Amino acid sequence: MRKSIFISIALLGTIMGKAQTPEERGLQIAKAAEEADLGFGSSIVELKMTLKNKNGQTSERFLVTRTLELTEDGDKSLIVFGSPKDVKGTATLTFTHKVGSDDQWLYLPSIKRVKRISSNNKSGPFVGSEFAYEDLSSQEVEKYTYKFLETKGSLLLVEQDPVDPKSGYTRRIVSYNKDKGYRIEKVEFYDRKNALLKTLTYTDYKLYKNKFWRAGTFTMVNHQSNKETLLKFSDYNFEADLSEDDFSQVALQRAGN
Amino acid sequence: MNAIKKAGDFTNNFAKNWAKFVIKYKWPVLIGTLLLALGLGSQGKMEFDGDYHVFFSKSNPELEAFDALQEKYTKDDNIVIVLAPKNGNVFTRENLVAIEELTEQAWNTPYSSRVDAVTNFQHTSADGDDLYVDDLSYESINKTDAEILEIREKALKEPLLVHRIINEEGSVTAINVTVRLPGVDSATEIPEVTIATRNMVSEFQEKHPQFDVYTTGLVPLNTAFFEASQSDLGLIGIMLIIVILVTLVLTRNFFATFSTLVVVLFSIISAVGFVGIMGIKLTPPSAVFPTMIMTLAVADSIHILITMLQKVRKDGLGKREALVESMRLNFMPVFITSLTTVIGFLTMNFGDVPPFWHLGNITAFGMTMAFLYSTTTLPALMAIFPIWKRKTVAGKLPKIGLYHKMGLFVTRQPVRLTFISLAIIGGLAYLATLNVFNDEFVEYFDDSVQFRRDSDFINDNLTGFYNVEFSVGSGESGGINNPEYLENLNAFEDWLNNQSEVVHVNAFSEVARRVNRSMHGDDPSYYQVPNNREEAAQYLLLYELSLPFGLDLNNQINVDKSETRVTATLKNISSAEMIAFSSRAEQWLRDHTDQPMHSIGVSPTMMFSKLGFRQADSMFKGNIIALILISLVLMLALRNFKLGLLSIIPNVAPVLVGFGIWALYKGQINTGMVIVFGMTLGIIVDDTVHFMSKFLRARRELGYDAKQAVIYAFETVGRALVTTTIVLLAGFAVLSTSSFALNSYMARITVIIILSALIIDFILLPSLLILISRKSEATEEVQELQAQVQLDK
Repeated sequence: MRKSIFISIALLGTIMGKAQTPEERGLQIAKAAEEADLGFGSSIVELKMTLKNKNGQTSERFLVTRTLELTEDGDKSLIVFGSPKDVKGTATLTFTHKVGSDDQWLYLPSIKRVKRISSNNKSGPFVGSEFAYEDLSSQEVEKYTYKFLETKGSLLLVEQDPVDPKSGYTRRIVSYNKDKGYRIEKVEFYDRKNALLKTLTYTDYKLYKNKFWRAGTFTMVNHQSNKETLLKFSDYNFEADLSEDDFSQVALQRAGN
Repeated sequence: MNAIKKAGDFTNNFAKNWAKFVIKYKWPVLIGTLLLALGLGSQGKMEFDGDYHVFFSKSNPELEAFDALQEKYTKDDNIVIVLAPKNGNVFTRENLVAIEELTEQAWNTPYSSRVDAVTNFQHTSADGDDLYVDDLSYESINKTDAEILEIREKALKEPLLVHRIINEEGSVTAINVTVRLPGVDSATEIPEVTIATRNMVSEFQEKHPQFDVYTTGLVPLNTAFFEASQSDLGLIGIMLIIVILVTLVLTRNFFATFSTLVVVLFSIISAVGFVGIMGIKLTPPSAVFPTMIMTLAVADSIHILITMLQKVRKDGLGKREALVESMRLNFMPVFITSLTTVIGFLTMNFGDVPPFWHLGNITAFGMTMAFLYSTTTLPALMAIFPIWKRKTVAGKLPKIGLYHKMGLFVTRQPVRLTFISLAIIGGLAYLATLNVFNDEFVEYFDDSVQFRRDSDFINDNLTGFYNVEFSVGSGESGGINNPEYLENLNAFEDWLNNQSEVVHVNAFSEVARRVNRSMHGDDPSYYQVPNNREEAAQYLLLYELSLPFGLDLNNQINVDKSETRVTATLKNISSAEMIAFSSRAEQWLRDHTDQPMHSIGVSPTMMFSKLGFRQADSMFKGNIIALILISLVLMLALRNFKLGLLSIIPNVAPVLVGFGIWALYKGQINTGMVIVFGMTLGIIVDDTVHFMSKFLRARRELGYDAKQAVIYAFETVGRALVTTTIVLLAGFAVLSTSSFALNSYMARITVIIILSALIIDFILLPSLLILISRKSEATEEVQELQAQVQLDK
């Protein structure tokens, strides 16, 4: 099985750890995680986003996300808003690129037009939440430089520095679970002044097709504002067999209606 | 009847025995009190709190309202760094590059959450169906002259920038750094931010000398509070020298001076211990406690020492006997005056401003300890030190003559003096009502403080420092996209912009207009709020998706998208004008919009504007209680109900006179001055006590008539009252040099009050005593036989 191959690579990595620089080791882990998730094809998932402020006041948004796996370049994704009511049907289409800025379009049903967003800015909050767009977009290996930090039980901690100068972060510390197909358990985000800004915890993991780990809950806590955003996912549908045609501007308009 | 006499004998004997005990065990007493002072002092901790929040009690409604607003949006304090290029034009390549660089640097400020500058302003533009939201000037080094000109034009047309980040002429610009202080320990957080900012600014100035740099904002305000505390604490040095000089002049004895110094230092060390034990963090009002304690404590020692030295020098008593006699004569007066002072300071707890609770409590504790040390350490030390006898001093007669003459002057015309005094007091009392509260916190600092100078520059050249904020609700989730709401918000924005006090308005309706225009190919005729809810909501979604880290709308839109924050930046206006402006705005909302949009103006500025009123309201009760308590103490001390009641006149009049004169001098009073009634009452009552007790003694023991008794009182305590007044005036004069208005104004009016108290006690009080005795000569005579006077020298 493929998985055992990766594990043996990882084990090999551990054994050969001395010969490897932390940078190489970090990159290797990131690649191993990418490899482990290879081949899911496409997925559809519904999610509920709950925004919570310091006083516990909440606000909810419902979204549907479709993702298409691509290997030669970054993944494509289409997010459709189901609520609040006044943005129902609004949809974003994103082509992530391994190198350079991503492309992003937004469909506005109120004027039935697709608008292209200049996406130099992807460090801002996603619909008022504690997630930045860059936290949610496809995590391509090329978007960071890596440094292995330490092993904590089955967790491998890797520091990742964003390549994009417009990123809101100086670094992220990502905990990979080497026993569970390198799924990510936790990410700590450090802001531009290198102070801990947010922690993202992945819980309620579920194994799909005996290979793909998907977390059922994302909890993002902002330590500086004490605000919190919760993402609750429904079951993933890996059977939809989506194609490139489902991720075109036409599809974007269609998805919104 | 005999109970009173017995009580009198008891205190007499108690004081005598106390003195004998202290003299006998002088070394153990000295060492014991030394250990007590050092023990307390070892618990001492001098921590400062500069956070402006310290001025507001937890239950302060303005603070609660402001906190609620900050919880809804973002809690932010800021630092405004203002750059004035010497060439008078912000928009040159060199200057823009420098601004970009400083903006980049500013992100490294500890706790920073947002940095707004002219260069990173998120400019929205349209190109066909593409929406561009980008920095107004990114990588300015590569910009052509034409592009820079374009940037200038865009910036000077941008309502969000002009009068906030850039002035109309484009000659002065600001970088606004928003910080989110965790608020766990402001004593370390604020200095951390300040040091980082100062280093950043000085490095910038070294590298780019073409700019003049000014700094203001809430963090620098906090720092200014912080530094005011420290510099006011430093006034103790000057006070120390004054204490040494005054004591030396009055006692003409080195050892007496030294002992006084020991007593005041012990008192201050103990108070410092109290600060540590209670975990009080010092603020500008409370940081003056050492000077206060020193001023007030020195009086205790001086009374005891002067009597003792007089007994030695004039009456030829031995050191030990003189000491016992002085203690016997002074124990009760020192106790009573300490008690009234402590009561006066404790009434500050009735107020609504925590730093004054601290000042009151620390000083009350220090004064209690000063009483203890004056009656233990002081006699013990004097018992140890030798007394060098000098020849009896000649030339005392003219001094006695002076006070004698004053007595004669008053006794000749009591009726006329009473009328003139009451007329003057009445007139000034009327003037006192004309004072208005003004707590403009920038003006708390005088021109010697950099923060004040910088803030003034920024007020004159760029924007305002004061603001009022409104959280305007729509009444439903997502309702801020409702066209009706947007129209009303827009109208409110326009109304605010038309007010003469307003420098700049930041409202969500401006964002809605701008995005609407961009969604319609930058057509200026679409620079209006969208007229369709879905459109508005979807445009907002699009716009929010386009904003970078730290420049989002979370600081002006709540989570639920049901409310938005409107910020009106104002000119330098007084507290009264501020409150009037805010209620006008609140009224406008009530008149023109539905209930959910009604809102109350809040901001640090508003909090300070109402602070004086709040403090005055809450202190009113405290002042009445102080007056009653102190009058009661006086009645007990004098053992005379009528004179106790009469004492209210000379005790209250100086405060009326003080505020009356203040109305002529400044006309504006601040929060710091509200406490002076209770505080000065405790202090000036001493004059009345001393004068009245001597008057009574002359009447009761010596059988003088009222006029003779007045002259006797002048002769015996006139000089003592003048000297303690001089000490007090010196102390408060030192405090009045503070660069911080809450302290300096308080000290200045206290100087006026203490001085007028002396004048009133020398003119009105004796006149009243004569007038009152005339009417009731008969009843007085009965009492004469029974009374025993303890308040003696």
